[in-house]
Amino acid sequence: MKIDFVLNEEKVSVEVEHSNRLLDVLRDDLHQISVKEGCGEGECGSCSVLMNGKLVNSCLIAIASVDGCHILTLEGYRKTKRFEAIRKGFEVSGSVQCGFCTPGFVLAAEALLSENPDPSALEVMKGIEGNLCRCTGYQMIVAGILEAKEIGKGLW
Amino acid sequence: MSKISESIKRYDFEDKIQGKAIYTPDFHPEGMIFAKTFRSKVSRAKILSLQLPPLPKGYFIVDHHDIPAKNIVPVVFEDQPVFAVDEVNYIGEPILLVVGPEKRVILEIMNNISIEYQIIQPILSIEEAETCSAPFIFNNKPYFVDYEYHKGNFDDSVRRAKRVISDEFKTGYQEQAYLETQSMVATYDGHTVCVQGSMQCPYYIVEALKVALGWNESRIRVIQMPTGGAFGGKEEFPSIPGVHAALAAIKSKRPVKLVYDRQEDIQCSSKRHPSIISIKSYLDENDEIIARDIDVKLDGGAYAGLSSVVLQRSIFAAAGCYNIENLFVRGTAYATNNVVSGAFRGFGGPQAFYAIEMHMENIAKQLKKDPIELRRKYFVKQGDTSSTQGTFHDPIVLDLIANEVIAMSDFKSKRLRFESEKLKGIGCSIFYHGCGFTGAGEAELIKPSVRIKKEKSEIEIFISSTEIGQGVLTTMRKIVSSTLEIPIDHVHHNYPDSRDCPDSGPTVASRTVLIVGRLLQDCAIEMKKRWNEESFEIIQSYVYPSHLRWDNQIFKGNAYPDYSWGANVVEVEINADTYEIDVKGIWAVYDIGIPIDDKIVKGQIEGGIVQGLGYAMMEVLESKKGKLSQDTFTTYIIPSSLDIPPIYSKLVKNPSTIGPFGARGLGEIPLVGVAPALACAVQQAIGTNITKIPITPEDIMKGVQL
Ligand code: FES
Ligand code: FES
Repeated sequence: MKIDFVLNEEKVSVEVEHSNRLLDVLRDDLHQISVKEGCGEGECGSCSVLMNGKLVNSCLIAIASVDGCHILTLEGYRKTKRFEAIRKGFEVSGSVQCGFCTPGFVLAAEALLSENPDPSALEVMKGIEGNLCRCTGYQMIVAGILEAKEIGKGLW
Repeated sequence: MSKISESIKRYDFEDKIQGKAIYTPDFHPEGMIFAKTFRSKVSRAKILSLQLPPLPKGYFIVDHHDIPAKNIVPVVFEDQPVFAVDEVNYIGEPILLVVGPEKRVILEIMNNISIEYQIIQPILSIEEAETCSAPFIFNNKPYFVDYEYHKGNFDDSVRRAKRVISDEFKTGYQEQAYLETQSMVATYDGHTVCVQGSMQCPYYIVEALKVALGWNESRIRVIQMPTGGAFGGKEEFPSIPGVHAALAAIKSKRPVKLVYDRQEDIQCSSKRHPSIISIKSYLDENDEIIARDIDVKLDGGAYAGLSSVVLQRSIFAAAGCYNIENLFVRGTAYATNNVVSGAFRGFGGPQAFYAIEMHMENIAKQLKKDPIELRRKYFVKQGDTSSTQGTFHDPIVLDLIANEVIAMSDFKSKRLRFESEKLKGIGCSIFYHGCGFTGAGEAELIKPSVRIKKEKSEIEIFISSTEIGQGVLTTMRKIVSSTLEIPIDHVHHNYPDSRDCPDSGPTVASRTVLIVGRLLQDCAIEMKKRWNEESFEIIQSYVYPSHLRWDNQIFKGNAYPDYSWGANVVEVEINADTYEIDVKGIWAVYDIGIPIDDKIVKGQIEGGIVQGLGYAMMEVLESKKGKLSQDTFTTYIIPSSLDIPPIYSKLVKNPSTIGPFGARGLGEIPLVGVAPALACAVQQAIGTNITKIPITPEDIMKGVQL
């Protein structure tokens, strides 16, 4: 079937089977390599994308339900000013190790900050609950998001 | 603070934060097709027959017939086949690959393979292996290896003893749970096969390809791709998917991608060894510990893998940080029809330190002594001999480490207070991690070498050490540029490619900074002397330090080239309704020498502690009839951001005498001591001894009711 949606602010149209996962379409057909598969069952958040501004696990989204939606991946988000703030926050806080979880955490941070531009550490912890990281132990990611919120004051 | 410790921006940061880093699953060479592994569904059987469906055009089966040389995965022993031939020994053992352009068709083919087994009685636990009446799995004995070593005069001390305190502990499996599953891409150009993938040890894969293909090294190339976590799980295991992908590429003459799905990865890749450890301490009339008897049993799974070396580390570590003059230590790595156990951060250490630290706690309890002060009495010091009778040549600052952790955590007053406050507890652990390969392994087995090249003002590092998130692409540049006293941006370093990187050894055993970093420093010192020359290169190989010695037959001498040390305190409160453990704080103090980069070090510490926390109280992983019951991230629970207590860590300054800039190994030690400190805390909180990890609410419920 043909699905039309907006990916990173550009219209795309893909010919796919309706049972395909958004994750596969993004990775295989649209070359969005920042979207990672960590578990394939909605547990790790490595495949996070923003769907109409909401954080979703793209491994759980059937492509049919994406018709007409806005999808944002890190490939699009990384061109924004907000991303710059998160990038700087993550850099100074040592939030990245193996990096496999990182795109997911960047988008989780965006989702969190756009909902709540001034979260406490606890709120950040809650906000990233759906994203697993096996390398950092999370504190340095939380610090990165708190740092980003300062750097990017006024952007969210 | 040393200049070198000041953090800089990681060299792998930009690619990763922008999502541009190409991990193996993201890599699509022109013409690439896919492979999937068809695996045993039974834990032990003869394969009577195997029927394949007709294959559509462009699809291939790859099995043991396609191996030109030896059907062996070389690790320590040569018992494990690349593909099963006529028998299988664990659930998930690879039998063949289905290879072709479409994943959907591959799955269809897999579903239509029929296989007839004749079941053999499996051996499914350490206990079953010990008393096994079924046919043996390995060489007519129930185990892969059994070891023992002695110190002092054990028998005499036992006779002299007035009191014996004994304990037995069990530890469970742990899954590395790197976020990127095992992934390989192989290409073949008619002459050379190239394997690119997620790995810790490129030269282990080179060796595995040499053995399976029988080819000369010039026809084999292995390149590490950005790797989404490893933790030991990408040490020896990737040789299997690496060789599989290569065989498929050679047969199909197309690039082949082999990426495991999560469930497959958990079921089939190596795990931390489950253990049963018993310790008996013999005390004299003054309640002095005069001798110790230690017995370590590991479940090695179906093939020997690294079990022998894990067991060695385990039996050396089981003596703890204590100078007990008389020791009798045994260890056995049993062969069972479970998934193959293997490398995991700590490598036998976490099991051993859990046991010895709980045992020290229990002795303190019985003698009504302060748990840290009892430990302190026996701390090893510079000039003492280790459990294997090697002299500790360097200063050991355990006293300082203990003092710091007590002060930071307010251990003593909390410990006292919680005696009368229900369901609250605080516990401690003291531990070390030997850095580098066991004994003289660095010189005799690994023989690492490194290469650096100068081209005008640009320097390039060539080593086989991999970037697995621990920061090697940054720390090695720092070591070289600081030695040369040049701006770091003139130093270049890439992911390893066996074509131009010599074998610097595997990226394991907390050895990279200590051993490889030191070799690079030596090269750079030499290079600095010749700085006026425009272009040249220096290759440096490891030389065993002359003040160390090791006899691998009787395990006597310096078990490791260097040691890192640490102490943890964990405070808990048990939820009275759910029996869940609420961790209030973790305090950690380490001597890792001089940190090469403060931020990277902090990241290793916090990540390791959280993995240790998972090991201690969350990550339940059980084999039921040879099948792991928790094989998804829904059932195998690793810590999420909501499980993280406040973590306070601190380093004491005690430079290594052999590491570059005084640095020692760091990667593993943060995981090692968490479980015992946490279990000691739970023990105080509920007043009943904890004898196993992970500690579940069910365990606590049983304990509390008593
Ligand atoms: S891959 Fe989608 S949540 Fe893990
Ligand atoms: S940085 Fe490796 S999983 Fe998060």
